[in-house]
Amino acid sequence: MTASPPDAVPRTAAEAGLMRCHACGRLHPAVAHGAPAHCERCGAPLHLRKRDDLARTWALVIAACILYVPANVLPVMVTQSVVGTQSDTIMSGVIYLWITGSWPLAALIFFASVMVPLLKIIALVVLAFSAQRRSTWAVQERTKLYRVVEFVGRWSMIDIFVVGVLAALVQFGALATIGAGPGAIAFGAVVVLTMLAAEAFDPRSLWDPVHDWGTAR
Amino acid sequence: MSVPDPDRVPEAVVQKKRRSLPLVWIVPLVAALIGAWLGVRAYLERGAMIEISFQTGDGLEAGKTKIKYKDVEVGVVQSVALADKGVGVVASAEIAKPAAYLLRDDTRFWVVRPRISGGSVSGLGTLLAGAYLALDPGKLEKERRKFVGLETPPVVTLDVPGTRYVLRADDLGSLDVAAPIYFRRVQVGQVVSFALDEDGRGVDVKIFIKAPYDQYVTANTRFWNASGFDVNIDTSGVRIDTQSVVSLLVGGIAFQTPEEPALPTRATENAAFRLYADRGSALKNPDYLSEDFVFVFHEPVRGLSVGSPVEFRGIEVGEVTGIFAEFDPVSNVFTSPVEARVYPERLRKHLRGGVLPHAAITDTRERIVFLIEHGLRAQLRTSNLLTGARYVALDVVSQAAGKVKVDASRRPLEVPTVGGGLPELEASINRIAAKIEKLPLESISADARQALQSLDRTLKSADQLVTRVDREVTPEARATLEGARRSLAAMEVTLANDAPLQLGLRATLDDMSRAADSLRALVDYLERHPESLIRGKRKDAP
Repeated sequence: MTASPPDAVPRTAAEAGLMRCHACGRLHPAVAHGAPAHCERCGAPLHLRKRDDLARTWALVIAACILYVPANVLPVMVTQSVVGTQSDTIMSGVIYLWITGSWPLAALIFFASVMVPLLKIIALVVLAFSAQRRSTWAVQERTKLYRVVEFVGRWSMIDIFVVGVLAALVQFGALATIGAGPGAIAFGAVVVLTMLAAEAFDPRSLWDPVHDWGTAR
Repeated sequence: MSVPDPDRVPEAVVQKKRRSLPLVWIVPLVAALIGAWLGVRAYLERGAMIEISFQTGDGLEAGKTKIKYKDVEVGVVQSVALADKGVGVVASAEIAKPAAYLLRDDTRFWVVRPRISGGSVSGLGTLLAGAYLALDPGKLEKERRKFVGLETPPVVTLDVPGTRYVLRADDLGSLDVAAPIYFRRVQVGQVVSFALDEDGRGVDVKIFIKAPYDQYVTANTRFWNASGFDVNIDTSGVRIDTQSVVSLLVGGIAFQTPEEPALPTRATENAAFRLYADRGSALKNPDYLSEDFVFVFHEPVRGLSVGSPVEFRGIEVGEVTGIFAEFDPVSNVFTSPVEARVYPERLRKHLRGGVLPHAAITDTRERIVFLIEHGLRAQLRTSNLLTGARYVALDVVSQAAGKVKVDASRRPLEVPTVGGGLPELEASINRIAAKIEKLPLESISADARQALQSLDRTLKSADQLVTRVDREVTPEARATLEGARRSLAAMEVTLANDAPLQLGLRATLDDMSRAADSLRALVDYLERHPESLIRGKRKDAP
């Protein structure tokens, strides 16, 4: 994977035996894959590919998968008021909105808070699995998928944001108090973990088999 | 590895290779541990699933309706579904594990809704928060998972200490579930439920007396219906009795234990008592002994009704239990047999010194037979002239003694009657009326008319006479009167003190007085010396 024919024009930095610092852009001669190295100029870690990218991605995705269950089962918001205590999970909020007729809002929350994390996890699993299998199928589309996953990630935190704002604002003692439930922590963890997983994944590894295949040809 | 220019591109700093298993795997491990812990905790804290059936699902909401005990949430309704064939609904609920011990065989569930009943308002909080299920834990050992919910909240929950009793009443009156029960005007309990007897002849009212007060319920406690108010009007004035304003509205029961030394034992759970209609009849001494009588009246019994009193010399000793009519085919007359129940104890209570008539006879019946033979008679008397209400008066009429043979074996015993009272008066008035009727009123009136006519004529002639007198006699009379006045004036002049006639008269009278004195002296002398008539007056002795 390191060497390319000397006569051929190198198409990637790796083929040219170079690697680039992510932080300052300084070029370095490539070291063995996985060997730890630091940028000579800024000290940032250097790597030809992100270190242990698949393993990290898998670990974080699996953790997100596990936490996805309590995030949806446990209440995210606990409302205490004169009339009693009410615990709401994400789905109970969606169902309440749907029953009371706010269908667009229900659909929005369902999509942003339930579907997006789920699809993100599925997407990451697909990416990691295909990268591990060194699949050459639809590489371009999978790269686009990765970009979407990375972009969408932070928007799933809207729920957590709303709960946080309400918990901070609604503190009227015995009249009404809103607090975050254990589900909010799990949900936030899911979002953060999927974001980290997306961060850990190195999209360049999607293209490696293509170039290997191209080189072999 | 090809490096284009080693001088231009510096070598990277190479470090030793690290552990092969990346540290990042701790993350899913921790997540798995958290997940496992949550799962295990959820499993361990899994509550008991129960099913409660209700008539309607009013106020029940899946996932929202709470189950509370002593206002502490112990569970949530998970689902509400129609029962088989639509007879009611079944609510499935999960009861938290620490509260699962409350689910006994006799645990009761009911829906708490806002309720305004008689004296109390409850469940106002549910106006805002929605209905919830309340539970009253049972006491039985046996556990249970399927319950039938109560439609109305129980008046008394099982955890309140106290005792239940049953009251037998003729009718319910204005009582209702949760009606208060008073002891000395303190509310000590409530009506729990009521139901008709199996034969429909009365009402069984179940009541609950709270713990410190149930010790006052003894075997001889009297309960009475304290609904509304009693108005008594008697010679001492008007008296109004009531327990409380609440009992005016929703009815109530009061009880009291007569101050008798007997039976201080506490009444047992579910003991049955009689519910009297009012305080007076409740506290009346119980009539243990009773004797039935029949009085055959020959006069109409109008004004007498079932329940009318039977009095012995003014003391109420019983009441009329039945009024009948009987036809005697032999004499072809109707009679009115009146049956009555007499409580001899009532009379005995009033006997001074407690000495019974003819104390040698122990049997009440025999004693009454004895009394009848000595003149005990029943009489219908009017107790109220306005309403015409009547009562049966018993008295010993000594004139009637020994006149009647009593059939002592007959039941009920027949007490002979005497007519009397108002009917007697009526009869004599009738006789008088009949006599008046027989008078020849028509001829009398004709005579009277003739007499009146002649009287009229007489009056007319008298009138003529008067006018004539007025016309002819009056001037004459006036002249006469004037003459008389003149004579009187002259007489006045003649009779005046200084008139000559008067003076002469006085002198004459003086002379006459002196003459009378001389005469008296002569008479005295003659009495002492009668002989002087013959011999003449003697010379006075020297």
